[in-house]
Amino acid sequence: MTAEAADLEVAKINKFRDPRIRAIFYQILVIVLIVGFVAYVGHNTAVNLEKRGIASGFNFLSQPAGFGIGIVLLMDFDSQTSTHLDVLLIGIINTLAVSISGIFLATIIGFIFGVLRLSKNWVVNKIAAVYIEVIRNIPLLVQLMFWYFAVLSVLPLVGDSMSIGNNFFVNNRGVNFPAMIPSTGFWLIPVALLVAIVASVLVRNWAHKRQDLTGQIFPVFWVCLGLIIVLPVIASLIMGNPFTMSYPEFGRFSITGGWSLEPEFLALLLGLSIYTGAFIAEIVRSGINAVSHGQTEAAHSLGIRPGLTTRLVILPQALRVIVPPLTSQYLNLTKNSSLATAIGYADITALFAGTSLNQTGQAIECIMITMLFYLSISLLISMFMNWYNKRIALVER
Amino acid sequence: MKKASFIAVATAATFMATAATAATLDDVKAKGFIQCGVTTGLAGFAAPNNDGKWEGFDVDFCRAMSAAIFGDPEKVKYTPTTAKERFTALQSGEIDVLARNTTWTFSRDVNLGFEFVGVNYYDGQGFMVKKALGVKSALELDGARVCVQSGTTTELNLADYFTANGMKYDSVVFDTADEVREAYLKDTCDVYTTDQSGLYAQRSVIADPEAHIVLPEVISKEPLGPLVRHGDNQWGDIARWTLNAMVEAEELNISSANVDTLKADTKNPSIQRILGTSGDLGQQLGLSNEWAYNIIKNVGNYGESFARNLGEGTALNIARGLNAQWNKGGILYAPPLR
Repeated sequence: MTAEAADLEVAKINKFRDPRIRAIFYQILVIVLIVGFVAYVGHNTAVNLEKRGIASGFNFLSQPAGFGIGIVLLMDFDSQTSTHLDVLLIGIINTLAVSISGIFLATIIGFIFGVLRLSKNWVVNKIAAVYIEVIRNIPLLVQLMFWYFAVLSVLPLVGDSMSIGNNFFVNNRGVNFPAMIPSTGFWLIPVALLVAIVASVLVRNWAHKRQDLTGQIFPVFWVCLGLIIVLPVIASLIMGNPFTMSYPEFGRFSITGGWSLEPEFLALLLGLSIYTGAFIAEIVRSGINAVSHGQTEAAHSLGIRPGLTTRLVILPQALRVIVPPLTSQYLNLTKNSSLATAIGYADITALFAGTSLNQTGQAIECIMITMLFYLSISLLISMFMNWYNKRIALVER
Repeated sequence: MKKASFIAVATAATFMATAATAATLDDVKAKGFIQCGVTTGLAGFAAPNNDGKWEGFDVDFCRAMSAAIFGDPEKVKYTPTTAKERFTALQSGEIDVLARNTTWTFSRDVNLGFEFVGVNYYDGQGFMVKKALGVKSALELDGARVCVQSGTTTELNLADYFTANGMKYDSVVFDTADEVREAYLKDTCDVYTTDQSGLYAQRSVIADPEAHIVLPEVISKEPLGPLVRHGDNQWGDIARWTLNAMVEAEELNISSANVDTLKADTKNPSIQRILGTSGDLGQQLGLSNEWAYNIIKNVGNYGESFARNLGEGTALNIARGLNAQWNKGGILYAPPLR
């Protein structure tokens, strides 16, 4: 064997033994296999659907839906002219409505009970403990059934509604209260509200700076609250009260007029937020416990009152521990809202992946769109929470 | 459940490349039973009895098919399906035949890839309300809250009827008939709407049936019948002629009681053909020549099944009405078996 041939041999062997080349080779192999598998599955599905005479494609989205929907927000829905696309949109709106209000309520419940769980008062502490342990250990679906069939359904019938004042009714068809119907010139009120909110942010920043410079404390909360209430009221007075009120009235079957919260919505909202609230409470408790006790002692030795200590020293540090797991609770709540179908709330799963799917028979398309929706909304929530997490993260100087 | 059947249809459509052309009859014979899709429980049509055995009018159809194929009505396994799941279950091959008071419509027949084999119950959609409301006609229901089962023609007819009469309603939609009944009884809604047979069935299991009335209006045609998948004509034929044989048997006055005597000494050629003592109808279907004899002997004719499950004297107490034979004032009319 000549020296040249031996070199060649070595080069050959080296190529196969080079971990980088090997890694690239296997990665390409895996990608080819995955792409091939997906293509095979897609092709085979299409062929078999056609063979069985099952319609496919997305044309059904522009077909009239033909069925009625119980809860329609922000949109007009007419069973004869509205399409399956409208059904999808209404489903999305309804899911978002219950998810957003659920997240809001669950956060409040969670923070309150998380703090109570740490209370030195034995009774308060145990009440929080019982709430958390009971609620966390019962399946959500069972709790939803409980709220819908065992709590809200057994409220008084419409005829004997419980009333608070003359215009607020509670019965087994939900909660009814007066509605504000906008008339011409109403636009100034939301504009005034927006201005008030922007002004509040500016006031807060200014007060913060002033406190840094001079040490004087400005009553930010009360000023902002005043702004937010007074500005819209002034706007309303300027335009001469540009709205009419619609009051609930007893009709033949149920209460008409005013706004109402349907029992399906209420049951879902209560179920979701009380269930998720229990998990959030545990997260909040662990977050607060994670802040070293020395911080509290240091704050107290500086003469800061206990309430302020919690707000200004403990919570900002605890939030860094709380936010990441909180994100996954928000995601859980949003995804769990799909259990709505069990109690008749018209969310995207019940409407689009339920009724539309069944009327059109296009299971694969409907389920795909529904999955895509949940995926995007979950990713959006994650993005927002990651942004918030970065904002409150410890800034090293 | 819903997810499971979706996955079933997805995987079936994905992997079982040759399943669509396989003969269902051979599969059924090989596994030794028929997988029959029924309701999750509707008194009179399909519901488990006190011993956990499925009984009812639709169940009788499954048993009749089993008798025709195996000579034994018990070789059936039942898959309870909700209105929403039933079609995916059939499309995916999870069940061999669906006998689940399903309305025969154009889009189900054409677009979903099914074959309705006939009508075993002529029905129409109605409304049930509590007597205490004092409602006498469906036209007084403007503004009512209506409980309805999802994935049904009922939902569509309801919207059509209220639009046509310029009325408004709120719908509350549930997956199973039991949930709808529960919500109606709890007074979460004013009205329960479904096919009239379903209303009678649900009323029969309510504690005080007298407190509820079914309104006189029938707002739709609901021809209910069994169905199979498109594409296997032999299997479709067996299902179709099982139903026709039961109807024809009633018309010819062949019942489970007299079928043996008739088989031994009838001179009527129609009866001889159906009972297999002359001709080869059974062999043409790929079954034994005694297929119809086995159906009648084990399950009975259409009238017997109706009387046993739905008719006067049962809890449902439904009159034959449209479902009487064509020569007795109804529209039941089987094509001749020859």
